[in-house]
Amino acid sequence: MSIRVERMSKRFSAYPALDDVSLEIAPGAFVALLGPSGSGKTTLLRIVAGLDFPDSGRILFGDEDVTEKPAAKRGIGFVFQHYALFGHMNVERNIAFGLDIMKRRQRPKRSEIRKRVEDLLRLVQLETYGKRFPAQLSGGQRQRVALARALAREPRILLLDEPFGALDAKVRGELREALRAIHDEIGLTSIFVTHDHEEAFALGDRVAILNSGRIEQFGTPAELVERPATEFVRSFLT
Amino acid sequence: MRRLLIGIAFAWIAIILLLPLGTVFAEAFRDGLSGWLGAVTEPDALSAIRLTLLVAAIAVPLNVVFGIAAAWAITKHDFPGKTALLTLIDLPFSVSPIVSGLIYVLLFGAHGWFGAWLEEHGVEIVFALPGIVLATIFVTFPFVARELIPLMAAQGRSDEEAALSLGASGWQTFWHVTLPNIRWGLLYGVLLCNARAMGEFGAVSIVSGHIRGETNTMPLHVEVLYNEYNFAAAFAVASLLAVLGLLTLALKTLLEWRHRDEIAATGR
Repeated sequence: MSIRVERMSKRFSAYPALDDVSLEIAPGAFVALLGPSGSGKTTLLRIVAGLDFPDSGRILFGDEDVTEKPAAKRGIGFVFQHYALFGHMNVERNIAFGLDIMKRRQRPKRSEIRKRVEDLLRLVQLETYGKRFPAQLSGGQRQRVALARALAREPRILLLDEPFGALDAKVRGELREALRAIHDEIGLTSIFVTHDHEEAFALGDRVAILNSGRIEQFGTPAELVERPATEFVRSFLT
Repeated sequence: MRRLLIGIAFAWIAIILLLPLGTVFAEAFRDGLSGWLGAVTEPDALSAIRLTLLVAAIAVPLNVVFGIAAAWAITKHDFPGKTALLTLIDLPFSVSPIVSGLIYVLLFGAHGWFGAWLEEHGVEIVFALPGIVLATIFVTFPFVARELIPLMAAQGRSDEEAALSLGASGWQTFWHVTLPNIRWGLLYGVLLCNARAMGEFGAVSIVSGHIRGETNTMPLHVEVLYNEYNFAAAFAVASLLAVLGLLTLALKTLLEWRHRDEIAATGR
């Protein structure tokens, strides 16, 4: 599903977090939001998710204006830097959460939910971990569970906030590949935030570079390297 | 050096805590078990016990609801006046209980601001159950909120945001995510709140009016007996209060022990 951000601004008390930002993302794209800390990349992602709301501007999923819609009704999946798994639920119940809380009439049958959880555990390669609790898993495993949980309600859009930020280099590489494979297999439109340009270039089809609440340049990794639009982009990438 | 420090700690606890506690029970049973039974089953004592339990049964649940609501608002949302609310929650800790009691007399007493209006409408607050409940609520309302605020602040908002992004409503998020995350802190807050609600003396003493068999709670009844030089009976009722405190502590320990695997597994 396409995502369109139109003239979005957001202030946090004193400083502008986003300053008149526009961005158009094609269906099926895998986009990286790259920038130094405080550049507004996380704010932009959270506004797309419906976890924060802009002061002005619009956001559209396909043709639908979702600017006023809360996160719960946007049909997105969100993955947090520190996993945000529910510590009192085992892996299966974490993954099933989004389905378990649906209204009775819309909720799938118990057997269907179980089947879906099994499929998702297979997708993230954690088939035998269903009964474990988050505290009994490694960081990489927890992030896999968080990914499976975010996909349970079959979102069309997947949003990831520094998803590999808390992991070591080896696990990061594995998870990157797994995520790319899942994105392609399901046909998601994905946006992820990172401050690591290697990661942005390795994973993103297109990369938006942010600085002080503005998008400096939005293009493919090759374009950014060959034709940096601003001095900031040039110095940030070297 | 280490032994010395540990020795001092134990000696201090023995002198400050165990010795007085032991004295209470020793004095309570000075006239034997039958003397103790007689003192605590005497009609005025029974009435004091009933009143204390009733007041706690009203005040504690209300403060649990208030404490959770305040902690939730303060830690999971931003709004103007947040700092003011945080300061107000601490007010009962910083104000003498006597003053808190006097406030209610000033407001609802016969010569108070609303006194005349209340009398016209036949509503009794001061020197009756409502006044005692109000004073108890005032004195005990920080316990739950104060226990939860640091805990919920440390846990941050991302668990709740995860639930929202998965389609949960505000209530579902609260029941399935927030409440389980805070349950141990909440339990501890409730137990502390309850212990204080049953033991509160100062504020309740002002608004109760000390009517024997009617508006005397257990701590007030102890004072009355003591002032009448009825030491054995005073200590007998005091021993009941002490047992309530010890039970609270035992209950907390038992719950933590029974759920230790779960606490270790979830890290909470």
